[in-house]
Amino acid sequence: MSDTHEGNAPSPDELPQPEVRKSKLGFSLIWLVPIVAALVGISLLVSHALSAGPQITVTFLTAEGIEAGKTQVKYKNVVIGKVTTMRLSKDRTHISVVIDLEKDAKAFATKGTRYWVVRPRIGASGVSGIDTLLSGAFIGADAGDSEEDQADFTGLETPPAVTHGAPGRRFVLHSSDLGSLDIGSPVYYRRIQVGRIFSYELDKDGKGVSLQLFIDGPNDRFVSKDARFWNASGVDVSLGADGLKLNTQSIATVIAGGVAFQSAPGPHDETPADEMAEFTLFNDQQTALAPPDGKPLYIRMTFQHSLRGLAPDAPVEFLGVKVGRVVSVNLDYDPVNKTFPVVVGALVYPQRLGKADEKLRAAVGGNEEQQMPRILHGMVDHGLRAQARTGNLLTGQLYIAIDFDKKAPKVAFNESTKPLEVPTMAGDFDHLQEQISSIVDKVEKIPFDSIGKNLDGSLQELHGTLKQVNGELLPEAKKTLQGVNKTVGTANDALSEDSPLQQNIANTLEELQRTVRSVGALTDYLGRHPEALLRGRGADAPPKVILPSTPKQGKDVQP
Amino acid sequence: MNAPPRAVDMGIMSCHVCRLVTAYTDDKHAHCPRCGSPLHGRKHASVSRSWALLLAAAMFYIPANIFPIMRTQSLSSKDDNTILSGIIELWRAGSPGLAVIVFTASIIVPMLKFIIMGYLLVSVQRSSDMVARQRSKLYRFVELIGYWSMLDVFVVAILSALVHFKILSRVEPLPGVVYFGIVVVLTMLAAMSFDPRLIWDKRKSQ
Repeated sequence: MSDTHEGNAPSPDELPQPEVRKSKLGFSLIWLVPIVAALVGISLLVSHALSAGPQITVTFLTAEGIEAGKTQVKYKNVVIGKVTTMRLSKDRTHISVVIDLEKDAKAFATKGTRYWVVRPRIGASGVSGIDTLLSGAFIGADAGDSEEDQADFTGLETPPAVTHGAPGRRFVLHSSDLGSLDIGSPVYYRRIQVGRIFSYELDKDGKGVSLQLFIDGPNDRFVSKDARFWNASGVDVSLGADGLKLNTQSIATVIAGGVAFQSAPGPHDETPADEMAEFTLFNDQQTALAPPDGKPLYIRMTFQHSLRGLAPDAPVEFLGVKVGRVVSVNLDYDPVNKTFPVVVGALVYPQRLGKADEKLRAAVGGNEEQQMPRILHGMVDHGLRAQARTGNLLTGQLYIAIDFDKKAPKVAFNESTKPLEVPTMAGDFDHLQEQISSIVDKVEKIPFDSIGKNLDGSLQELHGTLKQVNGELLPEAKKTLQGVNKTVGTANDALSEDSPLQQNIANTLEELQRTVRSVGALTDYLGRHPEALLRGRGADAPPKVILPSTPKQGKDVQP
Repeated sequence: MNAPPRAVDMGIMSCHVCRLVTAYTDDKHAHCPRCGSPLHGRKHASVSRSWALLLAAAMFYIPANIFPIMRTQSLSSKDDNTILSGIIELWRAGSPGLAVIVFTASIIVPMLKFIIMGYLLVSVQRSSDMVARQRSKLYRFVELIGYWSMLDVFVVAILSALVHFKILSRVEPLPGVVYFGIVVVLTMLAAMSFDPRLIWDKRKSQ
């Protein structure tokens, strides 16, 4: 080995001996490359760590449209996060969606934030989320108020009707049932949509429904403390004295339902209601705008006749003003008279009488408990009676009318009975029946048989008379008429143009003409020769005078 | 053991470019008298350079895999794909062959390079004498497969240049592909800075 080495060396003296250097541990510029790489890596890590927002979990009933790694979370259409994973809950009732929020979306991981899946929706009140048809569903977010951090959320199944921060106020409505209302149902003020219902729930005792509605600003100021809300769903058909009325807020409410409100009529509190103020939802506008009923008074009435057609909720009217409603109709047994009286219970609202109520109360004095019995006592003494009247002749519906009847027999009134008993009298329909039966009685008394017989005899006589007339009088009359006819014919002939009478008359007239002419000549002559009257005609031959044929004229001329 | 003598032992070295044999010198600034290219008996600081580049490549390999490399956008969807998710998608979409190719080029090849280069460097530093022949084969293999890793980068580049139909469909490159490109380049540089002759050098010490 050393041989080879020495033999091949060209000039070992000039060149330094070769030496393999061990890898250097010292610094070399090449190490800048991994340092730069490390720096880049670290900077990426840091920026990722800095930009990483909180991770939250939202549960939904269905993952329809959601894709892990793709579905975005948007707030006001700005991406604030992304779904990273999805998993089924252990009880398999819902799915959990894990969302990585962006760093600046930290405020969305707080209590009160709401999440829902935006999908295309078509409802009665409109179409939304059409853009998601192409882009796929995304998760919508709405920030809450709270600063408190929260990582687990329950997603909404429908988009919230009200977004956070929208100007306006929320109110609560109480109703006996939901009717045709739903989340998103519009709220109208003077037929302008000013808000919508955004949630509803059963009351805790299950006896009613609470609806939450949102009125957009600035119209929320119209919700005064005295505002009245009513259900404006569907079509309101009313048949009144002024004809058939069909009332509806808008076509949308016919389909989707709606609520309308208005301030109470008359003087009222104008101050806007507070946020989350509670109101009652009335069934229709009329009841909503009616003055408040105040404390009801339970009264009882005992009727001695059948009350077919009287049902609970039938109105109770006082002098035509609806003051209450029937709440119960029950049969009773009277062992003394062995009858079945009908006991009717009714709630009346004295406050509906308005000023009359106030004045009456003031008049009787005493505390509130005693006032009503006293008022009632006075009125019963003046003939106040309850009466079941027919409200609708077609259906036979009855209502209770409380009216004064001066002729009513006096009854005792006990102020201390509970409930107060209002004396009754037979309904007007029963009166009518009585009257009709008395009329029928009278009619029955009329001797129709003898009247009939007499009438028959008279008619027979008439028949005979007519026969006579036919047989005798008519031929005579015919003859007379023929005679008359003949006479007229003769007269006609006599007066015709070529009749002898006519000719005679013409001749006579001609004669008369001639005579007149002669007289004319005579008078002329006499005018010229008046002496001729004494001396007669002169010698000279006067013009020949044709002597008139009439003897009278001849006499005149000849002398 | 009768190993052939090395050039160093004989006091000579050759130019890497024109292959002129010159007297051995340790001077870093020596140049070939004929073609003027730098002369060195062994590549200068080969092991440390290799290490540095390899480490840098390994560091960039992490973001290259984490970050998406490509965004495919169509009318109805927008997909960001990392290397691995792209491969999975290819497989699911019914092109397993293509998936295997991309997987080989983008995952297996870089990993192999890291492992092999790491092994070579460690064995050189430890002056290991084991399977020297096989190790030099491994080195040649690494050099051979090195550029195939660029496949992914080219796919992305070509796709984003060609698929450009406005809103209908679009392919955009994302930062991940840059890191991946850096990884490929760095591993190639690491392989180049490694002097395979070092594999044989250490026998002297035995």
